[in-house]
Amino acid sequence: MSQERIIEVENLVKKFGNFVANDHLTFHVNKGEIFGFLGANGAGKTTAIRILCGLSAPTSGKVSVAGFDAYKQTEKIKRNIGYMSQKFSLYEDLTPFENIQFYGGIYGMSAKVIKERSEKLFKRLEFEEFKNKLIKEIPLGWRQKLAFSVAVFHQPKIVFLDEPTGGVDPITRRQFWDLIYQAANDGITVFVTTHYMDEAEYCNRASIMVDGRIADLDTPLNLIKKYNTTSMDEVFYLLARNMNKQ
Amino acid sequence: MKKFWGFVVKEFYHIFRDKRTMLVLFGMPLIMMLLFGFVITNEIKDAKIAVLDLSYDPTTRNITNKIASSGYFQIQEVLTSDKDIESIFKKGFVKEVIVFEGKFEEKLYKTGKANIQLITDASDANQAKLIAEYTSGIIRAYNNELNSAYTMPYKIETESRMFYNPETKGVYMFVPGIMAMILMLVSALMTSISIVREKEMGTMEVLLVSPLRPIQIILGKVMPYVFLSFINAVFIIILSLTVFNLPVQGSILLLLAECLLFIVLALSLGILISASTDNQQVAMLLSMVALMLPTMLLSGFIYPVENMPVILQVLCQMMPPKWFIEIVKGIMLKGVGLDMLWFETLILLGMTILLLSISARKFKKRLE
Amino acid sequence: MDAIVAEKITKQFKETVALKEVSFQVRAHELFGFIGPDGAGKTTLFRLIASLMLPNSGSLKVLGLDPVTEFKALRKKLGYMPGRFSLYQDLTVEENLDFYATIFGTTIEENYDLIKDIYSHIEPFKTRPAGKLSGGMKQKLALSCALIHKPELLILDEPTTGVDAVSRKEFWQMLKNLQKQGITVVVSTPYMDEAALCDRVALIQKGSLLSVDTPENIINSFKTELYGLRSVDMYNLLIQLKAYAFCENAHLFGQYIHASFKGELNRNDLLNYLKTKGIEDVEITGIKPGIEDCFMQLMVSNETLETV
Repeated sequence: MSQERIIEVENLVKKFGNFVANDHLTFHVNKGEIFGFLGANGAGKTTAIRILCGLSAPTSGKVSVAGFDAYKQTEKIKRNIGYMSQKFSLYEDLTPFENIQFYGGIYGMSAKVIKERSEKLFKRLEFEEFKNKLIKEIPLGWRQKLAFSVAVFHQPKIVFLDEPTGGVDPITRRQFWDLIYQAANDGITVFVTTHYMDEAEYCNRASIMVDGRIADLDTPLNLIKKYNTTSMDEVFYLLARNMNKQ
Repeated sequence: MKKFWGFVVKEFYHIFRDKRTMLVLFGMPLIMMLLFGFVITNEIKDAKIAVLDLSYDPTTRNITNKIASSGYFQIQEVLTSDKDIESIFKKGFVKEVIVFEGKFEEKLYKTGKANIQLITDASDANQAKLIAEYTSGIIRAYNNELNSAYTMPYKIETESRMFYNPETKGVYMFVPGIMAMILMLVSALMTSISIVREKEMGTMEVLLVSPLRPIQIILGKVMPYVFLSFINAVFIIILSLTVFNLPVQGSILLLLAECLLFIVLALSLGILISASTDNQQVAMLLSMVALMLPTMLLSGFIYPVENMPVILQVLCQMMPPKWFIEIVKGIMLKGVGLDMLWFETLILLGMTILLLSISARKFKKRLE
Repeated sequence: MDAIVAEKITKQFKETVALKEVSFQVRAHELFGFIGPDGAGKTTLFRLIASLMLPNSGSLKVLGLDPVTEFKALRKKLGYMPGRFSLYQDLTVEENLDFYATIFGTTIEENYDLIKDIYSHIEPFKTRPAGKLSGGMKQKLALSCALIHKPELLILDEPTTGVDAVSRKEFWQMLKNLQKQGITVVVSTPYMDEAALCDRVALIQKGSLLSVDTPENIINSFKTELYGLRSVDMYNLLIQLKAYAFCENAHLFGQYIHASFKGELNRNDLLNYLKTKGIEDVEITGIKPGIEDCFMQLMVSNETLETV
């Protein structure tokens, strides 16, 4: 893994009126790494992700994503990232191929490339039986796997995953992580949020956000050792609860 | 009973806390009234015209002066050649060009006949027709003046008087229509949206498993809107009385009672719509298309029913707003009472009972 | 008396079968969990119990009453919290609670004791609109609302979905306290780790119950020996394990890969095999399976049954 930094955040502050959603965040993400972005509800994760995706401007601080500035070069940022969330992923009344065609088209890919790559993709995912069905007729687990593949279809530098595995059965959940590992192996940086703490342990490094601040950031193993616990679940509980009490 | 009132109170909280709902409830009637009352008018005032006088003699000048001083027209330009006519219309200001033929006076007195050509910009057909009619009217009057010097052997004079709306004011026509439209919109649209919102939010599930009976849920949702729609009706009547000086010739009490009947009818339509969808947008669209368009187009509000093809006329008979508008016109403009309007009222009543029973049946006590 | 008795209930929507001949019993005063992924049929089942839907076939008794014919009596004894917390976002905390109290014909004061532990957390914010509460607080308010009429049976459809780990733990503690006060609690959840907090659980997948038992018994019935494996390059380890001839199953589980093998595991053979693949730092320990391991095993055997 190279140590080239693909996301650099320094003293990021985002305020909504008097409310400070992100309070001096400083962290970086290395190229090709799987970065876990953990935190309780309302800790400020979503706000930070929106800024990193170029959807909202920071109040102050330095933010660079894929080498582009989050204040001025948001269009360039958007061209170099992929995004997927549990809530929004694919159009339900289109088939998988039509969805890919649409997203590929947005990113300016030629019809030929789209066709070639999607055929490879369907074969690799063993997706042939669902190819001509509408998304809404496809089981949730398969849908999520397809949504991820669509998010990295244009070969972005970074892919943002916002709770991608919520409600998915345990086997499909692991197949989904296989896909994440593959993408990381191909050099795509993965930035992921999740409520499943076992998934936090699959990340190369993880940060835990509490009340708008990053409470800690390290490899899962180091975090577990540091707080003298046996799992990330306990680390998370410890950090989030202590901050709540203050 | 306490359960039921708790429900109604909650519903009022929703309404009063949502600025948009309040705006639709009270802003819209005001805006619609003012719009229809002032902007849309079928009277002519200071219409810009041009004159091409190829004769320029005392008679043509007299006629031109008559037209100019009528108050309806304003002479914008005097043309010298018929080549200018086309170009002046293209500029867009001038709506009519009056052309006097050459040697107008000479021809008139020698042969007893002379020609004036009225050329109008009919890209707005209604306006063009009105302008041409007004102009011919003035010329006809001048013609009569000329002839009064001589006694004609036979002569029929027509004199028209406009009953119930002596000044042919637009407001008189629109108020009943707007009333129907606003009551329909507020009652049907707002109730259907507020019921569907509970379905979307998942609160309907809890209401259904509560000891509240379905009829209590319906009435609880509907009651506040009956009240608010009624206030709206009163508001419109006051507006038309004060701003537009439109009197209510008949019984105000009867008018309000008929409004109440129409409100209940519209509300049952709203319940019906909410029973057929789980999605606020669909409810909104359905209310707009299924209720607003017929109220505007098939009720005699804007286009007279008598001029429609037979099939549409039959369809109009089935539209509740058509009957309501007739009732309101009867009471407000003609001052007639229930003795003349019992038939229309009976039809509205029948429709209301039918719709209420259908919607009560369609409202489910379960989720499927 | 059992709180819920379901016998072979089936529910069908047009072509899709949401529940296939589901049978189970929930005992009185029990904390019972339905555990399974989205689309397994949990919500449909809860709506049947709440008398909001009718089964196509089979028999269902809730608190001794038939949800089809005796729904009026049943609805008075039932507390129900649907999947999306059912609160009015524009009403304040207190107005929400007051509203639900009123429509169930009671008052906040009358049953304050029952909700005190839960409601006291959010009472300081009682004039705030429910829409402005955090996820955890909304969840507490929704629970208070479902409890305000002192139900005998409380059914909660995915109350912890999308809620963070800390709030989830607090929430389960509240459910335990309610159980102590004599209320039967039935919960559904997609989080496998929450199974351990229930007295008994039903694992549900694709409209069928995979197993109904105590969490301990389910774990004890796990059929094969399970091993935890760890290395620095976990992804490579996983790929190589899956390719290993004697490997039956290999899944990521936090810091470990959980693997089971065909026959008895020959450690040396496995270590040698991995060495040839360039993995030398493997750590292998025998481990106790969790509910999630069991769920996966049952899922696989159920699917092979289906295809046969």
